[in-house]
Amino acid sequence: MPYIPHTDDERQAMLGTVGAGSVEEVFAEIGEDLRPRSFDLPEARSEMEVVKHLEFLASKNATHVTSFLGAGFYDHYIPEAVDALAGRGEFYTAYTPYQPEASQGTLQAIYEYQTAVARLMGMECANASVYDGGTAIFEAMMMAVRSTKRRRFVISEAVNPIYRIMLTSYTSNLDLELVTVPHKDGVTDVEGLIAAIDDKTAAVLVQNPNFFGNIADFERVFAAAKEKKALSVLSAYPVLQSVLKTPGEMGADIAVAEGQSLGLPLSFGGPYLGIMACTRKLVRQLPGRIAGRTQDTEGRTGYVLTLQAREQHIRRAKATSNICSNQALCAMRAIIHVCLLGQEGLRRTALLSMERARYAAERLTAIPGVELLSDQPFGNEFAVRLPMDAALAIDRLSMRGVVPGFPLGRYYEGMEDCLLVACTEKQTTEDVGVMAEMIGGLVR
Amino acid sequence: MKNCPTKTGSVPTVFDKSAHGREGTWPEKPTVSAGDLLPGDLLRKEDSGLPHLSELDVVRHFSELSRRNFGVDTNFYPLGSCTMKYNPRFLETVAALPGFARLHPAMPQLQGAGRMCQGALEVMHEMESLLCEITGMAGFTLHPMAGAHGELTGAMLIAAYHKAKGNKKTKVICPDSAHGTNPASAALAGFDVVNIESVDGILDPEKLAEALDDDTAAVMMTCPNTLGLFEKHLPEIVEMIHAKDALLYYDGANLNAILGKLRVGDAGFDVVHLNLHKTFGTPHGGGGPGSGPVGVSEKLMPYLPISRVKKLEDGLFTLDYDHPESIGYVAPFYGNFGVYLKAFAYILRLGGEGLLRVSENAVLAANYLRKKLEDVLEIPYNRVCMHEFVASAQKLAEENEVRAVDMAKALLERGHHAPTVYFPLIVKECMMIEPTETESLQTLDEFVEDLRDIVRVARENPEAVKAAPQNLPVTRLDETKAAREMVITQPREEA
Repeated sequence: MPYIPHTDDERQAMLGTVGAGSVEEVFAEIGEDLRPRSFDLPEARSEMEVVKHLEFLASKNATHVTSFLGAGFYDHYIPEAVDALAGRGEFYTAYTPYQPEASQGTLQAIYEYQTAVARLMGMECANASVYDGGTAIFEAMMMAVRSTKRRRFVISEAVNPIYRIMLTSYTSNLDLELVTVPHKDGVTDVEGLIAAIDDKTAAVLVQNPNFFGNIADFERVFAAAKEKKALSVLSAYPVLQSVLKTPGEMGADIAVAEGQSLGLPLSFGGPYLGIMACTRKLVRQLPGRIAGRTQDTEGRTGYVLTLQAREQHIRRAKATSNICSNQALCAMRAIIHVCLLGQEGLRRTALLSMERARYAAERLTAIPGVELLSDQPFGNEFAVRLPMDAALAIDRLSMRGVVPGFPLGRYYEGMEDCLLVACTEKQTTEDVGVMAEMIGGLVR
Repeated sequence: MKNCPTKTGSVPTVFDKSAHGREGTWPEKPTVSAGDLLPGDLLRKEDSGLPHLSELDVVRHFSELSRRNFGVDTNFYPLGSCTMKYNPRFLETVAALPGFARLHPAMPQLQGAGRMCQGALEVMHEMESLLCEITGMAGFTLHPMAGAHGELTGAMLIAAYHKAKGNKKTKVICPDSAHGTNPASAALAGFDVVNIESVDGILDPEKLAEALDDDTAAVMMTCPNTLGLFEKHLPEIVEMIHAKDALLYYDGANLNAILGKLRVGDAGFDVVHLNLHKTFGTPHGGGGPGSGPVGVSEKLMPYLPISRVKKLEDGLFTLDYDHPESIGYVAPFYGNFGVYLKAFAYILRLGGEGLLRVSENAVLAANYLRKKLEDVLEIPYNRVCMHEFVASAQKLAEENEVRAVDMAKALLERGHHAPTVYFPLIVKECMMIEPTETESLQTLDEFVEDLRDIVRVARENPEAVKAAPQNLPVTRLDETKAAREMVITQPREEA
């Protein structure tokens, strides 16, 4: 049997030690009435056959398209060394570092990851990650509930709708109130948010750049929240965060992000990386794992998991969160990725992505009938109004190998003619040109 | 010595090693500056503080860190309830295929774009069918991103079911032998949690009857439980719970013990989550990512998260979002696709017969270790166990002041990862040992010899065991200092 080393003789010897006549005897406690009614599974296949079958399935997915799909999940270049290093068996096949002396590699990497995240976000503390950017938002909300003892949230409608739907699902059995403040042509309504924050508000949630790609300064919103003793949560985009005013500089209490853009493949939706950072004041409310620096008996620096008393294996129903793992290997990829690029490389990635997006916006708006949704600053993603249904435009172009973006009508009523276009450093100006030509041909 | 890292002392961090101006893996130079693109008040004032390193700096650093880690590839890892089996390497090849790794998750949500991801949708559809057959459940969702996330999803499904039926049920019962995440997940789904004590290591029908009432929404069971024991009163328990219109939840973290021997659907469970990384051998990665699919019986099908993958009459696959009673989104897309893709390949590789052998050999190996150790350590529930068992160092602690944690560190020193210690909480000085099916008899015997030797040393010279480990990069670490001083990010001024 694959991956099972025991020979028949060894199995007999083991049975002898156990005092059983057969393997079946060891399972005697599972009575006849509990045995499976069926276990009708395919027969074993060789490694080669399985790889071939999956290569066939992979080939049925279009990966040679030129794509401007973003919507919070971006196709950035991943240096080859990320796979090579994160793929080392000692990282790959390790478990949660419960025995720190045998897990200094994972623990130091988490500590470095936490440091990189905190610096990128301009915050004081960070955890070792949660499942994804949406979970990070929910966990930030729960931090605010515990910290303020309030149950009302003010949320900008320009926050990724996928995350807002996740929030609705997660909170459906909890006594929480979600108040959504509409966007204005893809721009976050700062005045509307300020007006909506009251004495019962636990936290205000905004995204920067927002779902439409628009960039803003939320200092005034966060100051208004502070005045009402509510917390401020900002959902960021880590690559652009190398250039943009940080959540910390704006006065946010908690910064969250989807970390996929830091060295993780798109991989059809996961595994991704939920980034969480906060002020020192809130660190005891921070869920999940946290690596801390300490010393061994010889006074040498080492790392351990810390603040574990908040967790489920100790506090059970009263834990800060039910999350007991993190995305350790994803966080490992992220720290390796940002180290390879470094401060300058990540900044260049951000600027190149924004430069390409600007070029795409110029080319598209040069087409008669195509216009930007707003005249506000944007990053590497922007929304345009087309003189036709955006979903249909995508359908037509994708048949010819180009996916021009994401149709905003999918999540926003009345925006059926709006297309959300994202660029990274991977889309060349030629790619942009081809896409713009095709859109031009379609709407003319 | 078995694969112990040899270099001792500390390694400077990437921030310590940074040298301003050193070139990393940079993309080409942009033709614009930040100031050309955005107004100054939208830009960060302080630099990002990320390090400046050469590619070789980074390669050396993380290669060095990897040598300061135990993994299944290098060490025996009998960490109870974590199921640290061998992870076949070809699964990585499969997950890295560009047709999967580079696929944008929004693709199938575009008009006409279903045609661009038929292969990925087929994987999802086939994986759901396989998991249904393995567990005997009516339907599955692959969306939950980890085992505990599966528990939360399951608890939300239970809440949705009772809500739809108009039941006012507020309580979830969690035996003390269930995983610690169970009560946390139930609480997050809005339930009050009721704990019940196990009797002789398993759930006792009489204790259950005392706690079970009309307010009970569900009972969450781990079977085999955290003591490694099979819940032999199962049929009776299922009947009692269903008689109260409560649901039965199966924590499938330990499914690797019962593959082909018990199907939870056939046994009457209503909800189950699986930890794919445990049973189906995808790598743990230092504690994640996992994948925690949830299976349900027929009556819970309407509440499964959206989207659902569907096979059309023409053989094509599509995503279906039209389920008005669904609990909604629990993940941004379709769960940790890259993880369940590996589990899918693993199942195809082993087939039904192979999966059956997984359980048989895992259970046999655990019982073999139990018998080999019963004369040197106490085994509080010394009877046939499933894939793991609990030993106790309480006697050594009383007589020689050598505790489970000391035994653990001494095992590290001898090149074995330690068992899980101090969990489950119901056994004093406990060590939960799980060998898995992929460890050879030689490895198991070496572990036995080393553990016996540690017990001998503990009696003769307890201080030697309490001083372990001495040959790893660091000696015992001060966890109190870490919690008190709480340095969790490196201050900028340090480097």
